[in-house]
Formats: sequence, structure tokens, C-alpha cells
Amino acid sequence: MDLNLTAAEKQFRDELRAWLESNVPKDWNEWREKPLEESFSYLRAWQRKLYEGGWAAVSWPKEYGGRSATLMEQSIFWEEMARVEAPPMANSLGLGLIGPTIIAYGTEEQKARFIPKILSAEEIWCQGFSEPNAGSDLASLQTEARLEGDHYIVNGQKVWTSYGWIGSWCELVVRTDPTVAKHKGLSVLLIDMKSPGVEVRPLRQMTGESEFNEIFFRDVRVPAKNILGKVNDGWNVAVSTLMYERGSYGARLHLLFKRNINRLIELSHTFHNNGLPAAKDALTRQKLAQCYAEIEIMRWNQLRAFSRITATGVPGPEGSIQKIFWSELNQRVQQIAQEMFGAYGQLLAGDKFAVDNGIWSYGYLRTRGNTIEAGTSEVQRNIIGHFVLGLPRSY
Amino acid sequence: MQFGLSESQQMLKDNARKFFGGECPMEEVRRLMETDTAFDEKLWRNMAEQGYTGIIFPEEFGGVGLGKVELALLMEEAGRALLPGPLFSTVALAGAMIDSIASPELKKKYLAPICAGDARATAAVLESNASWNLTDIHFAASAGGSLTGEKLFVPDAAVADFIIVVARNGVYVAAAKAAGLKITPMSGMDLTRKLYRVEFQNTPADRIGDTGAVAKAFDIATTALVAEMVGGMQRTLDITVEYAKMRKQFGKPIGMFQAVQHQCADMYLETESSRSAAYYAAWALEENAPDASVAVSIAKMYASDAARNVGNRGIQVHGGMGFTWENDVHLYYRRAKYSETAFGDSTFHRERIARLVIDAGETLAKSA
Repeated sequence: MDLNLTAAEKQFRDELRAWLESNVPKDWNEWREKPLEESFSYLRAWQRKLYEGGWAAVSWPKEYGGRSATLMEQSIFWEEMARVEAPPMANSLGLGLIGPTIIAYGTEEQKARFIPKILSAEEIWCQGFSEPNAGSDLASLQTEARLEGDHYIVNGQKVWTSYGWIGSWCELVVRTDPTVAKHKGLSVLLIDMKSPGVEVRPLRQMTGESEFNEIFFRDVRVPAKNILGKVNDGWNVAVSTLMYERGSYGARLHLLFKRNINRLIELSHTFHNNGLPAAKDALTRQKLAQCYAEIEIMRWNQLRAFSRITATGVPGPEGSIQKIFWSELNQRVQQIAQEMFGAYGQLLAGDKFAVDNGIWSYGYLRTRGNTIEAGTSEVQRNIIGHFVLGLPRSY
Repeated sequence: MQFGLSESQQMLKDNARKFFGGECPMEEVRRLMETDTAFDEKLWRNMAEQGYTGIIFPEEFGGVGLGKVELALLMEEAGRALLPGPLFSTVALAGAMIDSIASPELKKKYLAPICAGDARATAAVLESNASWNLTDIHFAASAGGSLTGEKLFVPDAAVADFIIVVARNGVYVAAAKAAGLKITPMSGMDLTRKLYRVEFQNTPADRIGDTGAVAKAFDIATTALVAEMVGGMQRTLDITVEYAKMRKQFGKPIGMFQAVQHQCADMYLETESSRSAAYYAAWALEENAPDASVAVSIAKMYASDAARNVGNRGIQVHGGMGFTWENDVHLYYRRAKYSETAFGDSTFHRERIARLVIDAGETLAKSA
């Protein structure tokens, strides 16, 4: 056990720090308030810059434009990005989830066609997994793809699709064989979102915004060569994407959470509870300390998981505790913010009395989604029960 | 950066598991817990031969010279075995205090026999106010260095050869057989770690140092205790999962029901998170990292609640069996109650964290 950075990790960090110092844009906070299309083109330009510096996909193999970074280096990457408050990358799903899946399962032709444009943000990717009747039970999905000659004809509906409105391409899980057990008849198609018959509608969520879309497919023709992996092996391909989702996401959250708790600690000196500054109120102190502590533990869990994956070579189902831990913790942090702010906590962005221009009222609502998106807490606990502890499958 | 165990650390842990499994299986734990002192001389000698009693102490005093991480791994396995007797009191508590505070001459006098397996020791800290704040200690040594007063909740005092005493004006060590020293049992919930009231009446003692270094020594003891709690949680989880696979109701193993499965998943999450915190704290202490004290408090705060929760869940999943004397889960649950309050419960450590990070007005800029 040695939590000091190795010489190679230090070099990686220093090189990245130096690059960020001269390249990270300082005006993201002004742009993030602008209409989605405008702010998105800003993010695209930022990713392009990272790409040109060789920093867009550090985890990817060198031959595909990455740096073959170790998990620890990836962790350093996200910490450094958070430290300088770098804007997010435009093509986050393409870089984080879909690109790695294409590298793992794609043909040489697919890799050559898609990978460079994922890196450069020229083509934005979205992910068509969930359906109105297939959420936690993803394998029961019904969007069907029928082979006609050298094309698939796709019909169905996807929901909760991030970046659907701007996506050029979509990683779509479809049913190619309805006659076999539900996990065995699925395939993954790479679909051009400009194809006739694709219709994207915004899905308004409880925060009032539309981060996600619904996508409708009506007789959409997809070339058969755009299948990712083998026909009817789509479940394995999709699960591989989900593992990337659960594995890497938590690593980026530590500094964001730390920034939140530090801001709350700062505010605890000015807001009053029970006639005292919140920072002097025994109960508030206890709750803030609890969250502060758990944010640190979240990081230590993550580092231990990275070391385990590095040793075994595969992200295991243990990643589910990370998902449960960060999502439920994030809700507790928001709850304390609300308790501290009292009546002010409910005020939305734009109200002149809102705390930090409404980021906390927004956060309170948005974090309800955390324990649902990317696998509900209940599904994560099923995964731990069955795949980690070896209890019999409950469903 | 590598947060896994090294090969030698893993080997130490595996060997400790094998040793405790062979030398102190549950039948032996149950036999010892029914005795007055829960102590077995032969087991103690064997542990000393393994180097366990000198694990973190310098080689010049006969120790093995390993670090806090290795101590944590040893204690984790001791906790998993529910090891009765004074390993924690002697090594992680009294030994660590002598090692942190005493002069080389006094180390030779007190640490060397511990390493050799010839002496057992403990530390007397708490008083009637049961506060772990060092500022709440009223016990004071006389100008001549003799001790008069009362200490409570002293673990394993009846088998100790000497007792470290934390007084407001210094840290002292008294021979257990010294004049005016009286040891009376207290009936604690944990049957494997006996607690005592220790009274002093003009008892002669060596002064080993001032109280300045006590906090550092307590950080070592606290981290070792958290590691021991992790071992207990892991064993509780293992027993519970095994039972949930085997026990059938409604024609199915109860572990198939999500209400049961999710209890087990939460036990796993709480155990693993406690382990991450214990290992990190041990490493931070070893490295003298700037966040070491916060890390120790985070670990103890989290594990104090987690150990109780894991026990609650484990008993509940066992149903009626979990409420029997015959089942081992309650023995771990009892130990967890001692450990929960020892060196401060979660409320105590949350307040300590608050002092360190809220009152200090820590900001991201400072820590980054």
C-alpha cells in the first residue's frame, strides 16, 4: 500500500497541470447560462482543444488516440480537471462509454470510421438503452430490428436519452430475435440520427429542464454492417458499456462533492439555526462533519476499487457500492443544505434572494435522479446480493 | 499510487487468519469468555512467538519494526476471530503509548518485555465522566509522582503487569502489583474483553512523559481498534450470508428475497467502507500525512455506527436464530458495543472533525 504518487504519475499530473494552466478557458460560468445550443458549441470547442493536446481520452489505448492511462492516472486526470473547474467535455458519452465499447467490440472499419470523430467532438453520441417499459429490467426491451437484405428495419421507442437532441449517432440496443430468452435476442446497432424515421422529442424532467430526450424509431433503415459485436450478443456489449458507466463516473465526483461541502461549511458561518450561526449549532455541525467524512470515504473506496481492478484486470460488480455510495451521499448533502438555508432553500435561480443563484434548490431536486439513473439503488443492491455475495437471484 | 496490500502485507494477513483460526477458534473464544479474565497464557506465548506483541515496535527493543498498516491487518484478523485477551490493550494501546511517549531507557524497561511476550499492559484513561476529551481528565499525580484516584473502563487490567495512567499532569506507569493499587471487575457487555475499575492510593509510579503525545498514541490505538471492528463486521457479514443461503422459508432460501438481500448488500457496503477508512487512516498515520488526525476520526466515526448497524442487520436476517445465545453474531455485537464508545463514539468524532474542518474554515484552496 502506497498512496503517494509514483514518479510516472507525478509526471503525468505535472504535464497535465502545465497544459491546463495555459489552455483551460476561464469564462465557462458565463457561457453555461446561455441557451443550450450556444453553450454546447463552447463545450465542443473545449473538447477539440483537449483532443489537439492529446487529453480528450486519456484512458483509451495509444493506437486509438488515447494515452493508455492507468486507472490511477485517470483518477488524477479527473481530479485535475475538477481542480481548475474545467468545463465538461461535449461528447462525454462517446468518450466515456461508447468509444471504449466500440474499441472493445467494433470491427476495424467501425473503429476507423467512428473513433476519430468521437475524440474530436465532430460527432456527438447518445445512448439508446432504456424504454418506457424497460428500465431496471433492461433486457425486456422491445425496440425491434428486423433484417431485410443488407439493412435492419428498426421500430420502437427509447427514453431518458442524454444528448439525444444533438446526437449525430446513437448506440442502440434492439431486439433482433424475439423467439429466444430475453437476454439472448438482443443486438447493438450504431444508428445515424439523421436517418429518416428518427424523431427526437425533449423529455421535461422534474427540475424543469430537458437534459434527456425520448427517441422514436419508425421503419428506420440501418445498414447491417453497423451492428456492434455479434448478432444476438447485444446483452454482453450493453453490459460492458454499463460497467464503464459504473466504474469511471464516481472518480470524477470527489472534488465536485468536496467543493459542495466546503461551500456549505463556508455558508454555515453566515446562516443561522436555532439562533446561532449554523457552524456553532451542534446538530448542524454533526451533519456537516458526517458528510465531510463520507466524501473522503467515497474517495478511499474508489482508490481501493481502482487498485483491485488494476490487479484483476476487470471492473467487477463491486463497483455497485460506489454507485450507491455517491448517489445517496449526494442526496444527504443537499438535504443538509436545505436544513441550513431554511425558507431560502426553496428559492430558484433568478430570484434575488436565492442562495448561490439557486444551485442548491436545483441540486435538491436534481439529486433525486441520482439514485435512479445509471441503475437504481435497488438494482445495485441486487447486483451486490447476487454477484458479489453469491445470494440466489431474486428475479 | 497503490491502495491494495503488498505481497508481504497480504501474507501477514493470511498468516494471521490461519494462526487465529487454528489457535483460537470459536469454541476457544466461548471457553475463554466464561473465565474471569478471558486470558490464556499459552495463546499469549504463541502470539509473542509470531512477533505479534512487538509488531510495530523498534527492533532495538525486540520488536518487529513493521508499520501501522501491518498493525491494522493483524488487528483486523484478531477482530475477525473475536480474539479474547489483551492483544489490543498491550500492543495497540499501552505499547503504542510507551513507544510514542517514553524515553529510550523506559522503553527498554517496559517495551522490551512486551515484545518478548513476558509482560502484558493496559492504559487507564476514563474517569467517572467517561469523557475521551483529554481536557476532562481530573486525575493528577502528586508532586512526588505517586498516584491517588480512580480510573474506570480499563480493559484487561487483571492480566496486566503494568498500567499506563493518563493524568492531567503527565503520563505515568504503575506496576499492577504496586502498593495501593486495587483492581475490581466491571461487568461489560463484551465477554471477551473484560473491563475494570482501578483505584490508586499513594501508588508509586514512573513518569514516562507529558500528555502532549497522548493524542498521537490514541490515534494509533483508535485506528487499530477500527481495524479490529472491520474484522468483526466481515465475520458477521460472512456468517449472515451463509445463513441466508441455507435457511429456507416459503420453500426458498431467505437470501433470495430482496428485503433480506438488500440488508446483506448494506452490510457489505458498510464493511467495505469501514475497511477503506481504516486502511487509509493507518497509512496516513504511518506517513505522518497532514490529514492523519482527520482520517482517524473519519474512520472511527464511520466504523462506530457501521459496526452497530452491521450487527443489527445480521441479527435481523438470522431471525429467531439471531436472538439465541448459541449463535455467534451476538458475541460480535457485544464486542462492537465496547468498540463503539472506546476512544470516542461517532458523535465525539464528528465533533472532532467539525473542529478540524469547520472551525478551521478549511477551504478547497488550502487542501488542494
